[in-house]
Amino acid sequence: MSYKMHVLVCGGTGCRASNSLGIIAKLEEALKENNLAGEVQVIATGCFGFCEQGPIVKIMPDNTFYTRVTPNDAAEIVKEHIIKGRKVERLLYKDPKQQASVSDSRHMGFYQKQLRVALRNCGFIDPENIEEYISRDGYAALAKCVSEMTPQEVVNEIKLSGLRGRGGGGFPTGLKWEFASKYQSDQKYVVCNADEGDPGAFMDRSIMEGDPHSVIEAMAICGYSIGASKGLVYIRAEYPLAIQRLKIALQQAREYGLLGEGILGSDFSFSIELRYGAGAFVCGEETALIHSMEGARGEPTMKPPFPAEAGYLNRPTNVNNVETLANIPVIITKGANWFNKIGTERSKGTKVFALAGKINNVGLIEVPMGTTLREVIYEIGGGIKHGKRFKAVQTGGPSGGCLTEKHLDVPIDFDNLLASGSMMGSGGMIVMDEDDCMVAVAKFYLDFTVEESCGKCTPCRVGNKRLYEILDKISRGNGEMEDIDRLRNLGKVIKDTALCGLGQTSPNPVLSTLDNFLDEYLVHINARKCPAGRCKELLSYVIDPQLCIGCTLCMRTCPTEAIIGERKVPHTIDTDKCIKCGTCVEKCKFKAISVR
Amino acid sequence: MEQTIKLQIDHHEVEVPKGTSILDAARGTGIHVPSLCYMNLQDMCISNLPASCRICVVEVEGRRNLAPACATRCEEGMKVRTTTARVMNAQRTVLELILSDHPTDCLVCPKSGNCDLQAMAVRLKIRDIPFKGERSNHVKESSPSIIRDMSKCIYCRRCEMMCNKVQTVGALTAVNRGFGATISPAFGQPLSESECTYCGQCVAVCPVGALTENDQSNRLLDDLANPAKTVIVQTAPAVRAALGEEFDLPAGTAVTGKMVAALREMGFDKVFDTDFAADLTIMEEGSELLDRLTRFLGGDKRVALPILTSCCPAWVNFFEHYFPDILDIPSSARSPQQMFGSIAKSWWARQAGVKREDLVVVSIMPCLAKKYECARDEFKVDGDPDVNYSLTTRELASLIKRYNIDFNALPDADFDNPMGESTGAGVIFGTSGGVMEAALRTAYELHTGKTLENVNFESVRGMKGIKKATVDLGGFELKIGIAHGLGNARTLLEEIREKRSEYHAIEIMACPGGCIGGGGQPLHHGDSARLKARSNALYAEDAGKKSRKSHENPYIIHLYEEFLGKPIGEKAHHLLHTSYFNKSKEIIEQ
Repeated sequence: MSYKMHVLVCGGTGCRASNSLGIIAKLEEALKENNLAGEVQVIATGCFGFCEQGPIVKIMPDNTFYTRVTPNDAAEIVKEHIIKGRKVERLLYKDPKQQASVSDSRHMGFYQKQLRVALRNCGFIDPENIEEYISRDGYAALAKCVSEMTPQEVVNEIKLSGLRGRGGGGFPTGLKWEFASKYQSDQKYVVCNADEGDPGAFMDRSIMEGDPHSVIEAMAICGYSIGASKGLVYIRAEYPLAIQRLKIALQQAREYGLLGEGILGSDFSFSIELRYGAGAFVCGEETALIHSMEGARGEPTMKPPFPAEAGYLNRPTNVNNVETLANIPVIITKGANWFNKIGTERSKGTKVFALAGKINNVGLIEVPMGTTLREVIYEIGGGIKHGKRFKAVQTGGPSGGCLTEKHLDVPIDFDNLLASGSMMGSGGMIVMDEDDCMVAVAKFYLDFTVEESCGKCTPCRVGNKRLYEILDKISRGNGEMEDIDRLRNLGKVIKDTALCGLGQTSPNPVLSTLDNFLDEYLVHINARKCPAGRCKELLSYVIDPQLCIGCTLCMRTCPTEAIIGERKVPHTIDTDKCIKCGTCVEKCKFKAISVR
Repeated sequence: MEQTIKLQIDHHEVEVPKGTSILDAARGTGIHVPSLCYMNLQDMCISNLPASCRICVVEVEGRRNLAPACATRCEEGMKVRTTTARVMNAQRTVLELILSDHPTDCLVCPKSGNCDLQAMAVRLKIRDIPFKGERSNHVKESSPSIIRDMSKCIYCRRCEMMCNKVQTVGALTAVNRGFGATISPAFGQPLSESECTYCGQCVAVCPVGALTENDQSNRLLDDLANPAKTVIVQTAPAVRAALGEEFDLPAGTAVTGKMVAALREMGFDKVFDTDFAADLTIMEEGSELLDRLTRFLGGDKRVALPILTSCCPAWVNFFEHYFPDILDIPSSARSPQQMFGSIAKSWWARQAGVKREDLVVVSIMPCLAKKYECARDEFKVDGDPDVNYSLTTRELASLIKRYNIDFNALPDADFDNPMGESTGAGVIFGTSGGVMEAALRTAYELHTGKTLENVNFESVRGMKGIKKATVDLGGFELKIGIAHGLGNARTLLEEIREKRSEYHAIEIMACPGGCIGGGGQPLHHGDSARLKARSNALYAEDAGKKSRKSHENPYIIHLYEEFLGKPIGEKAHHLLHTSYFNKSKEIIEQ
């Protein structure tokens, strides 16, 4: 049966949380009522990326992009758009700059600069239907590998593509495969690292939710090239939808003979199992991940030996991140020479970023390597919210660094970010504006790494704790000038001596903010002030006697009875009692209370 | 030919076998890179290599980060620097970090003077700890044998490695994460409610004061000062081979005579020898072996074989926890410590005219499990323990110092009789293979009726984890196995459980090396040569003995004639044998 129109409804975790399943039900109901069920197909897809505006509904073939749709809008979409061919104006995306509606997603700033390689199928296909994946060249790469290419040729192709690991390290994928292929063993393993743990990053989840077969296909290709017949996906248990879709996809792939014995008539056999992680950040580190899968404590061990030599159950193991794997099938079908034309000299292809923070277009984006931070923030991201001033952008997740105005025109790639004092990481990108305090930001990230450190090595277990404590001291107005040197030296030593990638990068937020925002630290230390007004202990609430009319409203709402005064006489605040909750500022109708 | 690697360490050109770590390569060339968590008991194939303390970091040219010397293998052409400003600053900072989370109560710490962390702070000349902040605060916990004070733990993971990898006991494991990470029994339960066997190997390797023995020496001070009490002491074989180390004598110096003199100086009424009880054990255990063998050879299929030795209390705890299904396999003979206690408080007390309630029996043991063993209910008569309490070699050394005794200047003295006389067979109980060798000397003569000319069974000696041998007992091929370390014991036990064991008799000692490597011995600080030297000292003492077969001990013969009757007879059974209990923690699904 062929449909005249397709209604693509985002079925990613974010949009589902905003009831996109309800939209689907209502759309199907309305289509049935209008006898259109046979002509218009409603499809739950993976994530469109534009999460800020979700739930997303897209009508094909005309690319109409509806935003913030509710189930109550379904009937109107069917009646107006599908039956009468008139777009539902109020649901179209409005460009924040031009204030004009954009109906065609291809004309939206958010998508114009994007190039979707890893996310190629997300938002286009029904991830629970293998036929849709196959119709978009799915499993053609695996077929090509097992029928036309030798394992070494596959390794060579990946090497030639220049693909580097997207999980954070940026290690050349082809080289990794080659190492694993060189070791002989009765059993080898392909492991997909789906333990996405950076706060705010969700590219891996979106790929698994929106295009699970691309990961499965890539794992099989990797298995073929390194000589492994077993694959394992280490996925965090907090990703139930991704798990469910992977399970469906695995079942379908087995039914279609794309996993199992003698795949596509070749003598290559490959099977995949899922392993669930309990959500420890450090388990994204490959040796810790392997130990966790073995049932041991999830903590890293020294490399070498690398997993390629002695990994899961001491057998040669190749560990790749989800996004890395999602690139593999296209590299095989379109060729390494297609892929390596995208990007910069040493970073090929694209990178998915989770764009968040004080930015207009929050969401998941994919851009060619070499795109500048300015393009990402101002063109794709639509600029800073509420017209505020850009202050910094944190890349690389909790262990990345904060980059500033002067880095905005740096083309994003692995090496440039590292040279600027940050890193690619798994692709978190958090934009900060003038209201963000950089001491507080550094403290926030340290809090995360202190919490997530496995505790194995001294620098990470104790060092990060001490870094945090010094930052905390500064943010409370008890900092001393020596603390700056202490932070710098300790941060450097932790980076230099920590056992795994977590500890080796955890001081980055401190060191980069010290480099780029030293003044802000100095104000906290010398003037005992927080210029952004974020560090609570350094704030004081003051009532302007000129503006206060003595209405007593603030007095009555203050939870700690910190406001003193009489009717019609300007009030004052007892700073000892004040807990800086901000209720008085909110309540005052005369803007008489300010924070200093 | 072994492949070698050439590299440069601090301007020294070094050539080492492939696979050598930077730490070993450096130390081999006289550059003593400091280390803390790393430990390598080479002869025992036991190593702790978590690469986690990061004290031993060095600079390797071309690498972004500093490399831990312990866990980084040498590579061809490598250029290593161990004393650059960057390295020394990192080492110092890392140590300051460790100290910032450590109670600096060295003056009153049981490990003071013998602590690796304290030594490192001295070596790196730490005068101030610049990092002030939260400190780990764990509740101090005590069991009959071991005190755990995790606030002092530096998370080197040695105890965990010993408990899990070497002993396969699994009582101690890393829990929690980040700053809260610590070592603990599962679910934070106390050690006494865990599978802990009290082998004390965690204590033997702990570099700091986090794991120490349950010290009972103050009890002894009171008893010795009490004129109403008769206080007698027994000393285990392995003690004399190691005690000298606490007085700066070279490892392997046997100090039997000085030890006896010191104990007498301290005021013990009688200084006896556990070796006497070891001879007695051989009489009982050897007879039990022969009895089981005779019945087996006579066609009795119900006989439990192989027979397992039962002198080691940690080993007894281990099989009670993990192999409750084969409790009939071990010999029912009590350990020498308990045989001594039982005979001392019955036969000797009557002879000496001392009332049981006025008699205090103290044992000096290389062992922590002995502290627990003497508190077991089976070894009490009307609530009074046969052995009142047990002190370790280390506790004895500190007591000798507290009694103002110049140990090294003491003249040699002899044990008191009757329970101080022993044969060479009793002496070698203290090292792995010794009990079996002693048993063979007696079993051979009792079984064949012939004299054994060469009493040295070389095949059962040495540090190999599992040793096996076949001995001709007058035409019968006796197959014996020996395991030291509970992990090795588990291997043999599992063979028995799966009914594929080839042995007739097996000796098991919980500690690597046997009692010479016990949890109560002077700390070896990762030097396995010390353990070997102690073992050699015992074999030397054996070789120098007039009699080397337990059944030739005149006082043992006298004891049987006058009091016990026959080995494994009724009285012996009552006083010298015991039974075992199921202590399994396994949750059995219904």
